Amino acid sequence: MSSLVKCPHCGLRPKEEFTVRGEVATPRPDAGAEEAVWFDHVYLRDNPRGEHREYWHHSGGCRRWLVLSRNTLTHETSEVVDASTLKTGGAA
Amino acid sequence: MRYSALSLLGNAFSKNKNWKPAWRNPDPKPHYDVIIIGGGGHGLATAYYLSKVYGVRNVAVLEKGYLGSGNIGRNTTIIRSNYLLEGNNPFYEFSMKLWEGLEQDFNFNAMVSQRGVINLFHSDAQRDAYTRRGNAMRLHGVDAELLNRDQLREKLPFLDYENARFPIMGGLMQARGGTVRHDAVAWGFARGADQNGVDIIQNCEVTGIDRDGDQITGVQTTRGAIKCNKLAMAVAGSSSHVAKMVDMRLPIESHALQAFVSEGLKPFIDTVVTFGAGHFYVSQSDKGGLVFGGDIEGYNSYAQRGNLANVEHVAEAGMAMIPALSRVRILRSWGGIMDMSMDGSPIMDRTHLSNLYFNGGWCYGGFKATPASGYCFAHLLATDTPHETATAFRMDRFARGYLLDEKGVGAQANLH
Repeated sequence: MSSLVKCPHCGLRPKEEFTVRGEVATPRPDAGAEEAVWFDHVYLRDNPRGEHREYWHHSGGCRRWLVLSRNTLTHETSEVVDASTLKTGGAA
Repeated sequence: MRYSALSLLGNAFSKNKNWKPAWRNPDPKPHYDVIIIGGGGHGLATAYYLSKVYGVRNVAVLEKGYLGSGNIGRNTTIIRSNYLLEGNNPFYEFSMKLWEGLEQDFNFNAMVSQRGVINLFHSDAQRDAYTRRGNAMRLHGVDAELLNRDQLREKLPFLDYENARFPIMGGLMQARGGTVRHDAVAWGFARGADQNGVDIIQNCEVTGIDRDGDQITGVQTTRGAIKCNKLAMAVAGSSSHVAKMVDMRLPIESHALQAFVSEGLKPFIDTVVTFGAGHFYVSQSDKGGLVFGGDIEGYNSYAQRGNLANVEHVAEAGMAMIPALSRVRILRSWGGIMDMSMDGSPIMDRTHLSNLYFNGGWCYGGFKATPASGYCFAHLLATDTPHETATAFRMDRFARGYLLDEKGVGAQANLH
């Protein structure tokens, strides 16, 4: 993992300022969704060896949720965007 | 050749020119009854017990690198069975009993050293939790002893007892816990399995899995296609990667964990000690190096290396427990990839495909489980039913709500 993460709001910041949440999975299901859908959302992961999109929280900085595109084999980060862009359909 | 004092003497007189390799290096056959993917500790132990206890000898172990290149050679070598939950405790105690007889069983010196494992506690609440754990262990027939501060001072005088934030109040000791030379475990199981006719095929990476409906027919590898009746996965660290070949998604994330060894020191710590106020565990090797480790890195990784920030974090935790470590130099650090399951416990079960069997999700507790994992997985492969000590490690426990959350921290991989 590179030691610096390029936050879209704060610029290059040390990795230790961030909290990792994990895989950008399926969106949170409806409260009334079937158990199988919830099981999938809560427990199952793609966990790929290679390109991986994941939520990071800039908890020691701007406190925005970010989406990192990171290679789990080389630890290279190719893109960091604000998580809100996922919902607004912006470039993510 | 059976190793003994006599064989050592004989070979010494012939100037050590007649030692044979401990296992063959065969080419893959076109077909096996059982193929085990993964030549790590668990895969080799599975092959060993499958051939020895269950009489299944037409077996291949496929290893993508060299034997023992994964987590079996990357851990901190600790063995213990100080578990709380009913689903866990009998399994790890079974493993401990296998460790106790292992060297005689597979005729190899694995340097099993029952030097004791002590978990420190730092508050009244933590003492109560450890008392409960100790009682649960004793009810399962496992040895456990609660040490007060004075008893602990006699054993480990160098701990920071008066730490202002985390004073040490005592510890829970399992005297039968200890350490084992990890490489020798891989070598011993490999040699034993090989002698029983198992083919151990190194530098053979599985690249695809062939199916006919819900039947596995064989695997594609970097050394050609191999057919099999049953396929067993023992690839913890890379479980999701291999499972993807049969469209399986697992309740597992891969995370890196670092381990460390210091320069050689005079005898200093004659047991295994773990910090109760942070995550730190240490023992001293026979060469004198302190072997220690701490937390996982916390982000998904398949890179077998960690970050400097965690080196600092582990060193800080170590110094909080043993201030004298401040002047000890770290000699080496290395990383391994852990299958972090969603409840911190392993999975050993059949799968949605009728002849595919899964063994993984060991988090960072896989080493101590090596013999029992092999034994129970061999049992599952041979009989299609779980071994009596491994009935809680089912794949569907997450969907059914029967999590095996030993630590009680919830369903997120990087918390365990």
